[in-house]
Amino acid sequence: MSAYETQGFKLDNSGKRVVVDPVCRIEGHMRVEVNLDSNNVIRNAVSTGTMWRGLEVILKGRDPRDAWAFVERICGVCTGTHALTSVRAVEDALSIRIPDNANIIRNLMQLNLYIHDHLVHFYHLHALDWVDVVSALKADPKATSTLAQSISSWPLSSPGYFRDIQNRLKKFVESGQLGPFMNGYWGNPAYKLPPEANLMAVAHYLEALDFQKEIVKVHTIFGGKNPHPNWLVGGVPCAINLEGTGAVGAINMERLNLVKSIIDRCTEFVEQVYIPDLLAIGSFYKGWLYGGGISSQNLLSYGDIPNIANDYSTNSLLLPRGAIIDGKLDEIHPVDLRDPEQVQEFVAHSWYKYPDESKGLHPFDGVTEPNFVLGPNTKGSKTNIQELDEGAKYSWIKAPRWRGHAMEVGPLARMVMGYLQPKQFPEIHGLVEGALKKLDVPVGALFSTLGRTAARGLETAYCVKLQSEQFDKLMTNLKNGDLNTANIEKWEPATWPKEARGVGFTEAPRGALGHWVTIKETRIDNYQCVVPTTWNGGPRDHKGQIGAFEASLMDTPVAKADEPLEILRTLHSFDPCLACSTHVMSPDGQEMTSVKVR
Amino acid sequence: MTETFYEVLRRQGITRRSFLKFCSLTATSLGLGSAAAPRIAHAMETKPRTPVLWLHGLECTCCSESFIRSAHPLTKDVVLSMLSLDYDDTLMAAAGHQAEAILDEVKKKYKGNYIVAVEGNPPLNEDGMFCIQGGRPFVEKLRETCADAKAIISWGACASYGCVQAAKPNPTRATPVHKVITGKPIINVPGCPPIAEVMTGVVTYMLTFDRIPELDRQGRPKMFYGQRIHDKCYRRGHFDAGQFAEAWDDEGSRKGYCLYKMGCKGPTTYNACSSMRWNGGVSWPVQSGHGCIGCSEDGFWDKGSFYDRVTDIKAFGVEANADTIGKAAAGTVGAAIAAHAAVTALARARQKAGDSEHVSENQGEK
Repeated sequence: MSAYETQGFKLDNSGKRVVVDPVCRIEGHMRVEVNLDSNNVIRNAVSTGTMWRGLEVILKGRDPRDAWAFVERICGVCTGTHALTSVRAVEDALSIRIPDNANIIRNLMQLNLYIHDHLVHFYHLHALDWVDVVSALKADPKATSTLAQSISSWPLSSPGYFRDIQNRLKKFVESGQLGPFMNGYWGNPAYKLPPEANLMAVAHYLEALDFQKEIVKVHTIFGGKNPHPNWLVGGVPCAINLEGTGAVGAINMERLNLVKSIIDRCTEFVEQVYIPDLLAIGSFYKGWLYGGGISSQNLLSYGDIPNIANDYSTNSLLLPRGAIIDGKLDEIHPVDLRDPEQVQEFVAHSWYKYPDESKGLHPFDGVTEPNFVLGPNTKGSKTNIQELDEGAKYSWIKAPRWRGHAMEVGPLARMVMGYLQPKQFPEIHGLVEGALKKLDVPVGALFSTLGRTAARGLETAYCVKLQSEQFDKLMTNLKNGDLNTANIEKWEPATWPKEARGVGFTEAPRGALGHWVTIKETRIDNYQCVVPTTWNGGPRDHKGQIGAFEASLMDTPVAKADEPLEILRTLHSFDPCLACSTHVMSPDGQEMTSVKVR
Repeated sequence: MTETFYEVLRRQGITRRSFLKFCSLTATSLGLGSAAAPRIAHAMETKPRTPVLWLHGLECTCCSESFIRSAHPLTKDVVLSMLSLDYDDTLMAAAGHQAEAILDEVKKKYKGNYIVAVEGNPPLNEDGMFCIQGGRPFVEKLRETCADAKAIISWGACASYGCVQAAKPNPTRATPVHKVITGKPIINVPGCPPIAEVMTGVVTYMLTFDRIPELDRQGRPKMFYGQRIHDKCYRRGHFDAGQFAEAWDDEGSRKGYCLYKMGCKGPTTYNACSSMRWNGGVSWPVQSGHGCIGCSEDGFWDKGSFYDRVTDIKAFGVEANADTIGKAAAGTVGAAIAAHAAVTALARARQKAGDSEHVSENQGEK
């Protein structure tokens, strides 16, 4: 392949090829290859999903009421979001309406997931792209304390506290057993934080690790466990009993108090640790505004958190829904997941086969026949790939398009969509505007790696607020005597139509998520998922259009060609989830060679 | 942060006296006699942390997520003080060849002295290329990394049994670790995911006692997987009394009655959920109103709907374990429920008469 232009990017794969495989600190397995020009600027990017599990064929013939448990196992990081999408799809197909309390409890669980997922992403998957752990050893604990106290009222901020952390870190580094920090890119010039900010961030890395396990207890209370809480078609499985005999075996006042206390602690941690850290780190990197990719052009969001039970229209959704194309920010297009012209998946560069690969297929008509072939310019062999040939098929991820456009999904899409609709989403608008002011950057700065990372944090601040509001709504219902949590009118398959199909959607933490289900004779006949990392991480399509990951790496200078710090930083800003993106599988793809057991 | 095990214990409030007592108990339980206690104490005070290489195959990362939920010990203490988590692609700072270099380094430097923890499993179809790492099939990386390991931990239902991607028709031929790796001690820690404190409990047991825990015939630690959910369920009283939830959100559900008729798989599932509970003991599936789906059992995805009533209940009684159940002949389906109910009634009658409640067990196995 030679040089060509697409979506405003000039792709040129003639320079030095750099391969990063595995891309770590993500969910699942991913590879990326880039070409650097003589100035170490990325001029070509190739993103590859390197795993594939085949859940959709496994679902065929199953009881649709069980589907949530299967698809929940698509991902244990965004745990629950696929399950929620699934019960919504089945309820849509069977016209099941859920009680208000069930809607609120589902919202609480989904919001809780956002808060947990975003926090863990920021501190444990993403922070090390911005924070140099080893540099923290050079920090002055007293100055660190001054810094921490200048940005937040969080009580763990004394000089002695930071000195203790630093001493532990020192002993750790001196031991020579660096564990997860081994072979990191410490000292790379792309790290910009002063030692004090690094030390503060290391302290919060550890605090967040302790705290995240508290957040998920909301899932445990309503769903019995986390990861992978339990869900129910028609409502939620937990019954409410406030004062009768046996209330101890149901959601009662003690349980509700526990939920409330966790919500309050989440608010505290997000407001006093996460957001101040985000803005502090952002202030040192605001000159590094690479990584925008297609975000300034095409954004997509399905919306989520229905404030009115069973109403999934824009009137009800507390997270915005819509599509922006060609950078026209003044026009938000409506999105219809049933329209065969809108969401389509392409496989010209994916390891699948279509009868006609110049055409895309809507998920209701989805075909997924595996076809693991490598192009003629591949270096290495079929089972020992050195360099991929992006002129041919090169990923286990399909390339979804909205009306033919590659789209970016995720927190940035949602926050931009909310920011642009201040009347409908005043809180989102306020949060975004506040951050832009605080960092003293223009709106355009949002369309960058840093903007994506900031949007995730701002969204978390919005979610803790929504979590409190939804909890208050639940309490109001309970005060009014409404204890219902499940609608069982259509629980028995005998009550179902012979054939039905439905769509369920959520906004997963990583972006727009849709499930399409067809039910025949009480069994699943077809099940298709199009997930956020399919949108963001997908390969080129038949026209050569690149996906959001690939676009985001373009034209970024790299400080050291052999240390992929900037590449990781930008990819991580999407919070990639590869197990999600690459689970699709056809019923017909059984003729495959296999390796011998043992 | 590179404290020795002893320092960690001290920091967690364990006194020197308790520590030494612990060492002498350990020595005795290992059959070494009390003379060995000082040697154990010395080792725990000084030995470097054991390297752990945590690999990921086809999986969903729920095991890693569960692991970091551990309340005791805290994950940060496990990862930074008790062991050396030298490779874990979910958490590690490095990527690409800098990450892969660590595997070679640890293999050489700690030959025979590191633990491999596997989350997920290798697919064998398509020459193993349904899971590609470093351009090569994951199964090769797994084999190479395990070759010089001291022991292997198979985290979760994926590594232990295959889990969801191995559900029928298992399109990628996802295969449990113990069917690919032989000649090494392998500890299966099933569940989707396993309970956090079970995971850290297994690891710290191995580090503390320097041996693998006692395993059952399926390779599971007996200490956590020796009893069924049903045996220890706090709703068992309702089962015995014949008080059941009959529909979602009905009177029985609100009163916390037994979920057996809603499809609960507690009677056939070996796990610690009903004793240890989840997320620091906050709740567990049955307590939150949904029956157990049996996620720590081999092939649980292919045993009918999660809402189908369990119809092959055989033996009951707290002292029956997986081995004795396994040895029991396949029971008659359907009739077994009636038998179980009858046996429970019988047990109640005998208890009234002052007999042991365990009388029910042998009766149930007929």
